[in-house]
This record gives sequence, C-alpha cells and structure tokens, in this order.
Amino acid sequence: MTMGFDPTYTARTFTSVGTRPVRPDGVDKVTGRARYGADYNLAGQLVGAILRSPHAHARIRNIDTTKAEMLPGVKAVITAADLPDLTNGNAGLFDMLDNCMARGKVFYDGHAVAAVAAVDAQTAREALALIVVDYEILPHVTDVDAAMQPSAPLLHATVFTSGVDPKPATPSNIANRSQYGHGDVDAGFAAADLVIARSFKTEQSHQGYIEPHACVANVNPDGSSELWVCTQGHFVFRQQCAELLGLDVSRLRVTSSEIGGGFGGKTHIWAEPVALALSRKAARPVKLVMSREAVFRATGPTSATSIDVKIGVKKDGTITAASADLRYTCGPYVGPWAELGAMTAFACYALENVRTIGYEVLVNRPKTAAYRAPSAPMAAFAVESVIDEIAAKLGINALDMRIKNAAKQGTRASYGPVYGPIGIGPTLEAAKNHPHMSAPLGKNQGRGLACGFWFNFGGQTCTSLNIGIDGTVNLAVGTVDVGGSRASLSLVAAEELGIPYGQVTAIVADTASLGHNDMTDGSRGTFSSSMATISSARNAIAIMRARAAKMWDIPAENVAWENGHAVAKGDTHGHLAPLSIKDIAAKASTTGGPIAGHSELVADGAGVSFATHICDIEVDPETALSRIIRYTVIQDAGKAVHPAYVEGQLQGGATQGIGWALNEEYVYGADGRLQNAGYLDYRVPVSSDLPMIDTQILEIPNPNHPYGIRGVGETSIVPPLAAIANAVSNATGTRMTHIPMSPPRILAALDAQKGH
Amino acid sequence: MVEITLWGALRDATGGAEKIDVDAKDIRDLFRQLADRYPGFTPLADRGIAVSIDGVIYRDTWSRELPPGAEIFLLPRLAGG
Repeated sequence: MTMGFDPTYTARTFTSVGTRPVRPDGVDKVTGRARYGADYNLAGQLVGAILRSPHAHARIRNIDTTKAEMLPGVKAVITAADLPDLTNGNAGLFDMLDNCMARGKVFYDGHAVAAVAAVDAQTAREALALIVVDYEILPHVTDVDAAMQPSAPLLHATVFTSGVDPKPATPSNIANRSQYGHGDVDAGFAAADLVIARSFKTEQSHQGYIEPHACVANVNPDGSSELWVCTQGHFVFRQQCAELLGLDVSRLRVTSSEIGGGFGGKTHIWAEPVALALSRKAARPVKLVMSREAVFRATGPTSATSIDVKIGVKKDGTITAASADLRYTCGPYVGPWAELGAMTAFACYALENVRTIGYEVLVNRPKTAAYRAPSAPMAAFAVESVIDEIAAKLGINALDMRIKNAAKQGTRASYGPVYGPIGIGPTLEAAKNHPHMSAPLGKNQGRGLACGFWFNFGGQTCTSLNIGIDGTVNLAVGTVDVGGSRASLSLVAAEELGIPYGQVTAIVADTASLGHNDMTDGSRGTFSSSMATISSARNAIAIMRARAAKMWDIPAENVAWENGHAVAKGDTHGHLAPLSIKDIAAKASTTGGPIAGHSELVADGAGVSFATHICDIEVDPETALSRIIRYTVIQDAGKAVHPAYVEGQLQGGATQGIGWALNEEYVYGADGRLQNAGYLDYRVPVSSDLPMIDTQILEIPNPNHPYGIRGVGETSIVPPLAAIANAVSNATGTRMTHIPMSPPRILAALDAQKGH
Repeated sequence: MVEITLWGALRDATGGAEKIDVDAKDIRDLFRQLADRYPGFTPLADRGIAVSIDGVIYRDTWSRELPPGAEIFLLPRLAGG
C-alpha cells in the first residue's frame, strides 16, 4: 500500500462518480479507428502461422521442416526445439510452454507443433503444408467421467493424484483432489425430513470473444524486444514471455491493444511466445493472428463438468446438510477449476454441515482457461437446481427457501472463513419485491430464479496522474480496459481532484511506463485501479497545495483543496482568490517543475459478491426451442462508478450465461476432433435472440475501498445456468440436468417424461 | 497468539492439523513461521496462498496485521476471469 494511503470507506456525496458520461473510446470503436491486436504493423513485418495437431493424442516421432525452410519467402520455421525449456522446475510455467508448442506429445486437436514466419500469408500457409509431422496416434479421452476410469487412456505417466493420503502408486488423469466444508454431513442428512440427490453435467463452452488472439512481436538482435498484443494483462504476459524466452523483463516492452472481449480467455499466453520466437529466429517483426477455428481448437474453453449434489432439509425448508462431488476437465494440464467449484458451490447458504470434493481431471481437450467467475456457474447450476426441486417437493416458495437459508454476516462460508457484511440477503429481498416476480406467465412459459457467488479480488496496481501545463489531466493506468475502466477511472480522478470529467484523459500505459500491474481479472480493474487513482490524485493534490503556497508565499498547511481549487485558509490569507489547477499548472515551471501524482499499491479487501437472477422462458412443446421472455439481474456493486457500464457488465454476464445454458457446447467426434469450431455451428446469442435484460444495482458500500466500490465483472455469469434450468423445468414440468439445454436435450427429456 | 485454520491441502503439509496457534504479528511473519515449522509449506506458498482475516481475503498485502481474536483462514490463491 502506498505510504499513508488509507483505503477505508468514507461516506461522501459524489459529483462525478455515479454519472453516465459518453465513453471515451466510443467514437474510435464505432468508426473503426480503434486499434485491436491485428491493427498494428511494423516495417519489414512477416506473417506468422502455426501448424496444429489434427490428433487428440499422439506422440511426435519426428518433425521434418526441410521443405518448408527451402520455400522462397519463408524466413523462419520453429518447433519446440526453438523454445528450449528454461522453466527451471516451475511446473506451471512448463505447462504454458508445452501448451504453446508441443514437446514430444500432442494432447488435443489443435495443439501447436510448429510455426513459420514468411513474407505473406499465402507463403506461410504453403510452408505449413510442407512440414511433415510423423505422429504415433494414441488412444484419447475427452469425457470427464470416462477420463477418471482406471482403464482410461493416460495423458501423463508422471501425474499422480495429489490431495489424497496415502499418495497413489499409479498415475492417473485425476490430477488433484480438494475438499472443503465443516460440520457432520452424515448426521445432518440423518436429521433431514427430505433428502434429494441429483447428478448433473455441463458441457464445455468458450468465452466467445469477438476478437481473436493477435499480436505483433519484434525481437532485435541486441535482445531488446517489443510486443503489441490483445491481452487482459500485458505486464503478466511480459513476465511469462520473458521467462519462457530467456529475455530480461525490462527489455521486453509490451503494449496492450484495444480488446474485443476477453472474459478470462485473454489471461493466458497462447501464441505470444511463438511470435517472439519466430521474430528472434527471423530477425524481423512477426504478426501472428489466430483464425476463429484456431481460437476454438486451441484456446480458452471452460471446463466440462460432472457434478453430484445432495441436500437434506427439514419440512420447513431449513437445510440440515449439503454435499457435492465436482469433476471438472482441465484439458491436459492441472488447474484450480474443480477446487473453485468446490469452494463456491454452497457459498450462498448458511450451512451447519457441508462437504464439497473437487476433482481436477485431465482430458484430451484444449487447456481450460478462466471464464468469468471461473467454475462457479456450473456448481451453482447443480446446487440451485436441487434447491428448486426441494422447494417444489415441500410445497414452499423457492425464493422464501433461499431467504431462509441465505448466508449472512457471521455465517461460516462453505469454503471456510466467516463472512463479514455480505449482500446475498439484500439481492434476494430485492428479487422478492421486484415486479418481475409477480408478473403473469403465459402458456408454455416458466419462471426460474437462482443465486450466485464470486470472490472478487484485487492485486498489484500502479498508476500515474500527470497534470498538463494547461491544467488538464492524463491518467496512466496499468490494468487493461476490458469493460470501461478508462471512463470509470476518469470519473474517479475527476471526483477526487474536483474537476469536470472532460478534463481527464485516461490511457492504458505500456509496461515500460509503470510499475508492475496484475491482470485485469477477478473483477479487479475498476476496484484496484480506482484505489490507485484516488491515491495518485491525493498525492498530486498535496503537491498542488504546496505549489499554491509558494505562489502565495504562505505556509502549505494553510492551503486546503476544495472543489478543484487551492484555497487559502486562516484570517490573514482569506482575501486570496482560490487557485484552479489551471492557475497552478501555468506557474509550475517556476514553483518546482512538473506536477504528477503516483501510486503503487496492493489493492486487497475486494469483498465477496452475490447476485440473484430471475428468468422467464417459453419452450415450444413441439420443437423444444426456448425463448427468453424476460430476464432480471440484481447485483451489489458497492458503488456504481459509471452505472451504464455496470449495467453492461450485468447484461453481458447474463447474456453469456444464456448462451451457455441453451446452446453453446464443444462437440467432439469419436476421433477426438472438435466438430464445431466456428460461430455457425457454435452459436452464441445475438441481440435478436434476447429481450432487454433488466438490471437492478444495489449499492452496499465495500468497507475496504474509499468510495465503497466492489468489482462487478464476473458474478453476473454465475446464476444464469441455474435460473434458466429452473425456468425450463418449471415450463416443461421436467427437471433438466444437462447444460446446454438445447432443443434435442429438452425434447429427449420431454419424451422420457411421456415414457417414449 | 492467533489461531490459524488451514484448508485441506495445507493440512497435509502440516501433519493433519486443522488449526494451529502461531504468535505472528502480520501475514509475512505468519508465513515465515509456517515455513520454518513445516517443510511442506513453502511449495504451497510458492503456488499461492491467500489469507482470510475476518472474512476479507488478502492475497498480497503481507504487511496486514493479524488482530488478536481475529478469524484467520488460509486458502489457495484464487484465479479469476
């Protein structure tokens, strides 16, 4: 934390924060001037291309690049041999390296095996076709439950399940087991009047960002390097790329482009080390742009899951015990995905007896990446479905049952700690009072409701606030703007300085211009950088007060800062006219030089986040096509800095959840190849598919932020799978247990109900 | 003296204890003492450990004080999207 900066919440009346000014990046984006990952070029730039495995699991016997290297126009061909292992025993870093370029084995359809840099795209494609890879095809497994069987094809002979005692003697695709909970679950179930146990499956979905991964890399012969890249975290990308390529962090300058969606998928390096290695070998800049097909086959899907949930209740709806076994795919490399599901599954509820067990399962699919509150939506789907089923069986209102069991201040969370002040209760009460809950439903329509939880976090953050010589302000931040943070941070700077929003211009600075910043993930962008912006502004104000004191020739302690002006205080100075930032900036050269405020801090204390969603759906009984009729999101934002952006986050999360719930899934053939690597066959919802998504923002201040701000980016994707499943189940009278609830699945469920 | 509650994987590294008492003034001091006491702690710390103090999760503020009587819970470091 910056010395002397106190992040504690202080109630105040806001002037700029809470308003809805025009977004500063809007004109560039709608006129096509905004520069995304592929919109950057360097003199002498080559075109990079990656050869990908057509096999789900195979040993690489040999790669012959001779003919490709001889093709005129080809300037570099690389394989794993050009990316030597510099990871020094760091298993996580080695997995990144192996994922960027296969080393000895390919683990999924789309795994990179070689890359070329050529003078144009056609030559690059021709060169890829000339690379001969000799594969020994191995048995593969893509299904999470099948991969856990002892007879399943083994991805790694070196992986033994961790988290079990004693350590297993044989390797397994189950990379890790984790367990959370407290109390006596067996006693809790024994005390229940009703126990319901159900099994659920969710299919793998992709974040579905519109902009594919793209970068331009330039490694100079002297080792100085630059990378222009579409990313959620250019500082972290710099660190990881530098470690994998043996570069000095300070000599690799990374600039983040505009970002056409990330949602967690752009927190992982995929092609960037390959582009840098190609540039290093060719001694020329290299642009590498992924195709949509490559994005689907080789980046960022969430886990496919298989989840068992069991909940016991008293007749009045009080939960006596709850348990869940959660099995999540990780792709070929272990991740924290099932563990996050195990931590979040029952986080909305006050439970005396609870146990969750997570299993990280390795399969022949691309490496799982974070996707907006990673792992929580699938767990919420399973838990919230059983809550609804229990309420129906007991004949009590499902919303009242949730209110009865909701966690509150002092509740021990299912993942361990005791909650401080939290917002699940207020979102449920708001839902109960919302007109949506009492609106009539038509034929073939059903209403569903669900809650969701996400942790939120902060992290390392650095900002610089520079006062221009005309008194206007530049704010340089290091968290990538994925959802409007340049606007919200400008509002915060304006608020703190006491000047109009239009006098502040925020940019995302490159990695050479600021100290390290963690990713924009964990809903931390506005939470963290607003804290650093407030700190920077206060530091700049302290300097401006001192400068005004010099201009007036009075003691600095007699100068206050009010409404964007230095104001002289005290009986002897009261006649002095206040000085604006413009007045002080105009004299800066003679009062000490440039004026700036900096801040370097760790933003912690983000505070957990809850949401409640209500969904009305209509299901065509003949075709099983579902149509969302009405959708309402209720979420606590702490303080909505730019409410339109907050609403956009809530609507965006709900929309992605709707797509995941109803349509989106990775479809693998028996050969382990992805069958639908494109938006024609992997259909995401578009505006014409959806009603206006209504939002209700609650503002319960976060005690650990000066303005009470909480992150809002992720929680909105947690309840939709469950809310929609409950709505479909209420519309059809059939409990849906498999996501996505595509028409064939709903039809099959309806047929089963009819006894066909 | 503060009582520390450990999540499952950490319990394996500390010989199975769910709760341990440590005389630590802040998170840095706590981690230093745990590393000294339990050899299995350091690899887990390298992978990332978060500290919940009265329900608020801290990932990097190692200077955060551990107030007497506070509920302190060690968790794995979280990933987000």
